[in-house]
Amino acid sequence: MKLRRFFLLLPPYLWLLALFLVPFLIVLKISLSDIALAIPPYTPTLDIGAGWDSFRTFLSGLDFENFVFLTQDDLYWKAYLSSLRIAFIATALTLLVGYPIAYGMAQSAAEWRPTLMMLVILPFWTSFLIRVYSWMGILSTEGFLNQLLLWIGVIDAPLTILNTNVAVYIGIVYTYLPFMILPIYATLEKLDESLLEAAEDLGCSRITAFWLITIPLSRSGIIAGCFLVFIPTIGEFVIPSLLGGSQTLMIGKVLWEEFFNNRDWPVASAVAVILLLILIVPILLFQRNQQKQQEAEQ
Amino acid sequence: MRYHLMTMTATLALVAGAAAAEEVRVYNWSDYIDEALLTKFEEETGIDLIYDVFDSNELLETKMLAGGSGYDVVVPSGTFLQRQITAGAFQKLDKSKLPNLDNMWDVVRERTAQYDPEHDYSINYMWGTTGIGVNVGEVTKRLGEDAPIDSLELIFNPENMEKLADCGVHFLDAPAEMIPAALNYVGEDPNSHDPEVIAKAGEVFGAIRPYIQKFHSSEYINGLANGDICVAVGWSGDVLQARDRAAEAGNGVEIAYNAPKEGAQMWFDMMAIPADAPNPDGAHKFLNFILDAENMAQASNYVYYANGNKASQEYLVDDVINDPAIYPSQETLDNLFTTTPYGAKVQRVVTRLWTKIKSGT
Repeated sequence: MKLRRFFLLLPPYLWLLALFLVPFLIVLKISLSDIALAIPPYTPTLDIGAGWDSFRTFLSGLDFENFVFLTQDDLYWKAYLSSLRIAFIATALTLLVGYPIAYGMAQSAAEWRPTLMMLVILPFWTSFLIRVYSWMGILSTEGFLNQLLLWIGVIDAPLTILNTNVAVYIGIVYTYLPFMILPIYATLEKLDESLLEAAEDLGCSRITAFWLITIPLSRSGIIAGCFLVFIPTIGEFVIPSLLGGSQTLMIGKVLWEEFFNNRDWPVASAVAVILLLILIVPILLFQRNQQKQQEAEQ
Repeated sequence: MRYHLMTMTATLALVAGAAAAEEVRVYNWSDYIDEALLTKFEEETGIDLIYDVFDSNELLETKMLAGGSGYDVVVPSGTFLQRQITAGAFQKLDKSKLPNLDNMWDVVRERTAQYDPEHDYSINYMWGTTGIGVNVGEVTKRLGEDAPIDSLELIFNPENMEKLADCGVHFLDAPAEMIPAALNYVGEDPNSHDPEVIAKAGEVFGAIRPYIQKFHSSEYINGLANGDICVAVGWSGDVLQARDRAAEAGNGVEIAYNAPKEGAQMWFDMMAIPADAPNPDGAHKFLNFILDAENMAQASNYVYYANGNKASQEYLVDDVINDPAIYPSQETLDNLFTTTPYGAKVQRVVTRLWTKIKSGT
C-alpha cells in the first residue's frame, strides 16, 4: 500500500519540482549574481562539468548586494505597496460586479444555466491581449465610450480615461470577472433553497434572509474568487502597461523595466523573488481556506 | 513592448520550388525603411525576408544579451553596438562578401570608428540627431511668435512647458539620450558618467514632469502629424516623416524640426550580424544590398534620415540632401555631441533615475 501511495504522489511532486522549484532556484541564483556585460548578462555562471572547486568559487561569487540595492530606493517599496493597493481595490470592485452576476445565474431557470455559464467563459476564446487592446479603443478620448457619452449629452468634453488608474481598474475587473463569478456561482448553485423558505416562514424579510443565509453560505466561494483575482493582479503587467499611464506604478511593470530597459537581470530577479515572498502569504491563506472547505464537506 | 508589425514572405522562392527556402531575419527600427526595398531584395536574391521592428535600443540589447534571438541582422545605435561587441554578441563581417563597402562615406566612418574602430563588426545604416519637433501653429499660439523652438529652453524650462502642457508634449523613452540632453541644458557635460552629475538631470525633469504627457519612442510620429500633440522630443527623420504625413493629409498642421542650438546628440544606427545568426551568409547579402548606392538612397529618400553612404548622395532627392535638418551644415555639425556607453553600475543608476522620472515619484 505504501508503495502505491508513493507512486501516486510522485507525478505531482515531480511536476512541482520541474515547473516551480527549479525555475525558482534559477531566479534565486540570478538574483544573487552580479550584473555583467556578457551573454548571459550576469556573473558568475555555473559550469556543472568543472567539479567541486569551480562550484566553490561559484558560491563565493554570490551575494545579497541586489537585495540591499532594493532597500536603498523607495521606488521598489512604493511599487509593491501600490500593487497591493491596486489589487485590493480591483478585487473589491470585481466582487461587487461579480456577485450579483453569479447570484442571478444561480437564480435563473435550470435550462438557462449552461448558456449563461458559456457566456461567462466565452471571452476566453479570444486572446487576452486583443481584448485589452480593444479596451484601448473603447476608452481613448476619441473612443467609443466618449463618443457615446457625448452623443447622449452626459458630458460636454471627452473624459480622459485611457492611461489613468481608472482604465487599469476597468481592465482588471473585466479580465478577472470570470474567476470571481465561477467559484461564487458554484457555491450558490448548491445552496439549499429550503433554508431560505424556513427563514421566511420564521418571519425573516427576503433581504435579511439574504444577509443571514445566502452570503454566509457562499463565503467559501467569495474567498476563493477573491484570491483568484487578487493573486494574479498583484503581478499584473499587461493591463497597467497598455491601459495605465506612466504614473501607474505596479511591480510587474517595474520588473519588466528592470529586465528590458535596465537590462539588469540580477535586480529584476531580486524583485521577482520578493514578489513571490509577498504572494506566499495570500497563497497560504487560500490553501488553508480550500482545506477547511474540503474538511467541512467530508 | 514588442512591435511585431509585419512579416514579409516571398512567393518567388515557392514558385522556384525550393524545398527549404532560404530565410534572412532582420530586426530593424520601426518606420525605418522603404518597404519596396524589402520586396526588391526578395526578388533579386530569392531569399525569404522576415522583417521585424522595434523602437528601443534597450529592448534590442536585452535580446542580444539573452542570446538566441534568431535574427541575422540587427540595428543597434553606436554606444549600444560598442557594449554588445564587448559582450561578444556579434560576429566579424566577411568583407570579401561586401563589395559595396567602397561606397561608404569617410566623414561618417571617422565618427563611427569610436564605437567599432576597424568597422570589423558593423556598417552604418543611417544617422541623425535628437532634437525638437513642434507643431508651429499651436506652439506660437501659446508662446508667441518668438517661441524658442530651436532651443532646449522650450522643453526644459517649466514656464514654457506649463503653457504647452494642454496641447501635448511627448519625450522619447530613451534614457541614454534624454538624460544627456537634460545635462546639456544645465551646462553639465552631457556625456558625464558621474552619478552625482547624472542626478541633476532628475531635477531638470522633476520640474517639468507634470507637463509631459507621455514617454514613447514611436507614437509621436502620428501624434505630431495628426495634431494630437504639439511638441515631441524625438529623432530627426521621424519628425520629418511627421512633417511629410501632415503635409500629405492637408490638415493644416505645420511641423518643424530643430536640433537645439545649445547642442544636440548625434547618433549612428549600425547594422551588425549576431554571433549566433542562423544565416550569416544571407545576412551579408542583405548588408551588401543595403550598401548599394541606389538602394541606400531610396531608403533615405523615404525615411528622411541621412546615411553613411557617399555614393548614394547623387541619387538623393533635393529635399533630403539639401535639407540642413537631415544633412546639417558644418556649423551645426561642430555643435553636435556624441556619447559613450555607461558602465554596468552607472547604467543601473541611469535607468533607475529614468524609471523614477517616468513614474513621477
